[in-house]
Amino acid sequence: MTAVGSKCRVCKAPAVIDLPRHNAKFCAEHLQQLCRRQMAKAIEDFDMLSLDDRILVAVSGGKDSLAVWDMLIEAGYQADGLYIGLGIGEYSTDSGGYVQRFADERGLHLQTIDLRDEYGYDVPTAARATGRVPCSACGLSKRRLFDQAALDGGYDVVVTGHNLDDEAAVLFGNTLRWDIDYLARQMPVLPAANGFPKKAKPLIRLTEREMAAWCLVRGIDYVVEECPIAAGNRHLSYKESLNAVEAKSPGAKASFYLGFLDRMAPLLAGQSAAAAGDLNECERCGSPTTGDVCAFCRLVEKSSAHEPVPVEMVMTRGRRR
Amino acid sequence: MKVLLRNPRREVEFDGPRSVDRLLDELQLSREAHLVICNGTLVPGDAVLGDDDQIEVRPVISGGAA
Repeated sequence: MTAVGSKCRVCKAPAVIDLPRHNAKFCAEHLQQLCRRQMAKAIEDFDMLSLDDRILVAVSGGKDSLAVWDMLIEAGYQADGLYIGLGIGEYSTDSGGYVQRFADERGLHLQTIDLRDEYGYDVPTAARATGRVPCSACGLSKRRLFDQAALDGGYDVVVTGHNLDDEAAVLFGNTLRWDIDYLARQMPVLPAANGFPKKAKPLIRLTEREMAAWCLVRGIDYVVEECPIAAGNRHLSYKESLNAVEAKSPGAKASFYLGFLDRMAPLLAGQSAAAAGDLNECERCGSPTTGDVCAFCRLVEKSSAHEPVPVEMVMTRGRRR
Repeated sequence: MKVLLRNPRREVEFDGPRSVDRLLDELQLSREAHLVICNGTLVPGDAVLGDDDQIEVRPVISGGAA
């Protein structure tokens, strides 16, 4: 490097990152301080966690889930990890390796569930068998298995690594469709109710870029490659659109999502089917559902009876640079 | 300088020093969606990269709709 960039706003040491939404640059130490404070504020503002809680962290091998696990442990929380082997070819093999190494190096407890071994299907097969887009089949499987593992393991709360970009993109999509039920449920913490465990998202005040930077300065190896069957999905296009707005108006994503939580979400409280208690017990597994048989049981039935589908068969052509 | 890009993984070369921000502009990549690593160290947008540096441009957007 022929010239060092500008200085940290706090200590004047060489900066490693510029964060336009904070109109500031930070060194590695003060970037971490910012991240710790933002997570602590989210946890406090929404009463997400207490130090006595047994926490189950949903880990994928990506930057966000490993970062939140690292941040919680560093902050003194009791957090175990759960990794689900989704059967997405080499991507899943590599992802599982990153998670296992992270846990081993820190002496953390990691539980692993393999969809093919334990439920007779994988995500590519589920996508083909059910006609769902792969991210839908994946999300349905993960939500259900995380919920079940938390209940079975006696955990107080499930934590996910959803960040500000994730939540702003989901809000953008829900708003484009004015989907009141989804909007009403898009909260950073959901209390245990109706057979579901408590869920919390401590990274809602932090961007993807900040989380990737956290991993880099903390020496956390994570899977950088994009999921081969997620490329080109609608959620990613929403993120790109919001980043184009953010480039012109730094802070726009935070204003959009955190403003929603502050001023719109209270007006929507109680509007979702789950909040209203309009749920039955699945006649097969007993889980809460709006119908007779839950979506997960229907997915397992169709997918496990289907011939295994190679990941290449469901890979999308859309590629981002 | 050699620049490693991801998704898909590939390497491109540039001649002459330039800032991180200029490199991203030339690659038509969003600053909000990428980090730049120079010789293993994260660097801000106004850092100037030299011919002998090993550069990685790392995308940070990830995930499906789950």
